[in-house]
Amino acid sequence: MASPLLSRVSLSNSSAISFSSSISSTPLPRLFPPSSTAFPAESRRRISTVQSKIREIFMPALSSTMTEGKIVSWVKSEGDVLSKGESVVVVESDKADMDVETFYDGILAAIVVGEGETAPVGAAIGLLAETEEEIAEAKAKASNTASSSPPPAASSPPPSPAPTAVTPPPKAAPAAVPEGPRKIVATPYAKKLAKQHKVDIASVVGSGPFGRITPADIESAAGISPSKSSGVSAASSAPPPVSSPPPKAASAAAAPASAEIPGSTVVPFTTMQAAVSKNMLESLSVPTFRVGYPVVTDALDALYEKVKPKGVTMTALLAKAAAMALAQHPVVNASCKDGKSFTYNSSINIAVAVAINGGLITPVLQNADKLDLYLLSQKWKELVEKARAKQLQPHEYNSGTFTLSNLGMFGVDRFDAILPPGQGAIMAVGASKPTAVADADGFFSVKSKMLVNVTADHRIVYGADLAAFLQTFSKIIENPESLTL
Amino acid sequence: MPVEKGLKTAIIEGDVVGGTCVNRGCVPSKALLAVSGRMRELQNEHHMRAFGLQVSAAGYDRQGVADHANNLASKIRSNLTNSMKALGVDILTGVGTILGPQEVKYGKVGSSDNVITAKDIIIATGSVPFVPKGIEVDGKTVITSDHALKLEFIPDWIAIVGSGYIGLEFSDVYTALGSEVTFIEALDQLMPGFDPEIAKLAQRVLINPRKIDFHTGVFASKIIPAKDGKPVTIFLIDAKTMEPKGTLEVDAALIATGRAPFTTGLGLENINVETQHGFVPVDEHMRVIDADGNLVPHLYCIGDANGKLMLAHTASAQGISVVEKVCGKDHVLNHLSIPAACFTHPEISMVGFTEPQAREKAEMEGFEVSVAKTSFKANTKALAENEGEGLAKLIYRPDNGEILGVHIFGLHAADLIHEASTAIALGTRVQDIKFAVHAHPTLSEVLDELFKSAKVKDDISSSVGEPVAF
Repeated sequence: MASPLLSRVSLSNSSAISFSSSISSTPLPRLFPPSSTAFPAESRRRISTVQSKIREIFMPALSSTMTEGKIVSWVKSEGDVLSKGESVVVVESDKADMDVETFYDGILAAIVVGEGETAPVGAAIGLLAETEEEIAEAKAKASNTASSSPPPAASSPPPSPAPTAVTPPPKAAPAAVPEGPRKIVATPYAKKLAKQHKVDIASVVGSGPFGRITPADIESAAGISPSKSSGVSAASSAPPPVSSPPPKAASAAAAPASAEIPGSTVVPFTTMQAAVSKNMLESLSVPTFRVGYPVVTDALDALYEKVKPKGVTMTALLAKAAAMALAQHPVVNASCKDGKSFTYNSSINIAVAVAINGGLITPVLQNADKLDLYLLSQKWKELVEKARAKQLQPHEYNSGTFTLSNLGMFGVDRFDAILPPGQGAIMAVGASKPTAVADADGFFSVKSKMLVNVTADHRIVYGADLAAFLQTFSKIIENPESLTL
Repeated sequence: MPVEKGLKTAIIEGDVVGGTCVNRGCVPSKALLAVSGRMRELQNEHHMRAFGLQVSAAGYDRQGVADHANNLASKIRSNLTNSMKALGVDILTGVGTILGPQEVKYGKVGSSDNVITAKDIIIATGSVPFVPKGIEVDGKTVITSDHALKLEFIPDWIAIVGSGYIGLEFSDVYTALGSEVTFIEALDQLMPGFDPEIAKLAQRVLINPRKIDFHTGVFASKIIPAKDGKPVTIFLIDAKTMEPKGTLEVDAALIATGRAPFTTGLGLENINVETQHGFVPVDEHMRVIDADGNLVPHLYCIGDANGKLMLAHTASAQGISVVEKVCGKDHVLNHLSIPAACFTHPEISMVGFTEPQAREKAEMEGFEVSVAKTSFKANTKALAENEGEGLAKLIYRPDNGEILGVHIFGLHAADLIHEASTAIALGTRVQDIKFAVHAHPTLSEVLDELFKSAKVKDDISSSVGEPVAF
């Protein structure tokens, strides 16, 4: 009998994803529950090399753009008994932290990828054994998997500063060490960092007392500056910039060998930042053009004052207006997925760009044309909260058909947005500024004008299409009663 | 308490009043842990930000921290001395030796001895840190808890031999003050004395995310203190095969392999008492048993010296039991109701059996064991403090509601356990304690939830039925 005053707090949202697969050689039926969201085929890869009931738990794809994920934390530890549906691990995708469940009963025999480490989608992150006996087998398999992936950063050992000192200084003499046993000369934190940043500890030269490998040594070998100490110490910039190993979230493209500016700090991308970077690079392959339009917003501002107390935000107003305009110009809501066809979307889902701590995310207002203004505002508020808490579900951020980006709150008058991959157009909205306007008779008046700039994919959206769309949009904004319908 | 009962009391103290607890144990260690707890909180930027707080770089002054511990020990020592004097207890200084039944001599080393007689004698000489063979303690770089509590220096890297509660508490202190720690544990599991489920969670929270690593299943066969510019060198061997496993070079080593009873020089031979591994054999009333199995009249032994459950409050409880006996009332202390706590951050506490022990007993005696668990994540107060990490576990008999053991890992676990230990001491059953009311919002609701979630086969009614006349 739980007291009504206590609330049960769950770790994250209820919709979690199940994912483990069996690697026995008998073919299995469809592995994923049919209700799960779009899973790309690659996450159902099966490795049928071992004849045993040891199942691999592998990194799930939590969005269509995710290629690798970072383990935030293991909810269960090695040796724990798991039952179907229990949360096992929390994974950070490019957009949110997801609780991942196990689809099978068993015992978590081995953790292959630890907390804080990254693995590509589909890679084994843990092993599930059916019975206790298989745990030892699973562990052996786990250590094989781990050792087979060579430490990437080992290739560039720190050069010249200590060319002779690869072996620890003679003072900590082998004479004190009996024949056989190894000397453990790295501190506990150094070992943890080495594991996290995949640095081969054997290749690092210790700078601590008695030749000890300190955390600072590992950090400089991995090319990261220690978080607390001042930006750069002379020692850590000793390896020339060209040879510094890439941070773990890096893409294949190697960083150009530019000269290092003293006092600069290198901070590797988080998963989200890496995703943004990837999307931006992809957009370079799309031919885009831009059309700007001035929109008079006096009527809209008046409407806003009226509906603000009811919880309606400017974002909701703009999103609804855009959605209504898109309803009349479906080609602007389309996208060019394969370079040779139009993909017309049946629903109008407006993604709105939101800046959150350390990143950028685009929660989606689905069917924005069909929802009324008040519902839309409420939905928007919920989405922003979820986004800030990194609790967005994949369908809440990857189903956009058109994006809206507003920098007006900073006083920006106009800007060009970059088209996100998979969409036809993105609208960049600036601030409403009082502007002197001359009408046909030569009389001046002051009106609030907002500059709207749309970037569109010219493979499917042509100049006239976009201009017509903007004209419709402008008419809706200037006669906003239709927005409240 | 004996004074309360009207007994004339004297204490023979060979060193400082208060013994280990006040001077080298409980008191200074809790002072240091209070510092380390706050330090850890202040340095946890993430934690602070969640509250909306910004703390600029938190730092510490080693001497200030050491002084806090030392001053506290002095204060408590003098409070204790004064209260004893006020009660009329005689404090006799010197090392005590038993000459025969009811006869003790005492005196400072080198000076002449005084002999006194007493109706009843209680041996409470306690224990000292146990240092295994091969380990050379120099008090500076290779230390025991006695030295560590003075906090003379904070090493960059310290190896702690032994992962029981003493080692664990010190790892909390040292890592909060900036050291890195390596545990050397002879058994295959860390924290072998704790319930395994709690130990696993504790490892996940207290060890894995901190700058701590460990070697299990190894002994430190030899430890050489730092000298001539060489660091402290520790030679490790496999605990089972005795094969060499490697060497550690660290800045300091803390020996936390348990405590040995301090019973040499007590004159036990004079009364035909033989110690077992240094412990004085006693019966359930704490009466001393001699080598032939007979009770030595009027001689009792309490606390660490008898080895039953080496905790300060055990000694107090045993002492009270002895005084009751001496005054004519029979009293047997139920050791299963004595709680124990480990003051890491978060704390760990326990009373009664661990799950494996309970299951073993159940197998032998033929009853069922059930386990109930609750998480601190469901507790309002814990969440308000952003300390939702924690677990409480109840091991009980579903047939009659007997509480076999309770284990808690979480904020204020050391204080929360007493509801459970009192229940065990009074024989309260789970189905009765369910109805006790707990203030909201408090951490005690974790236990409330725990008791309420237990399922007892309720054939036995909880109230007394009508007396049956035969």
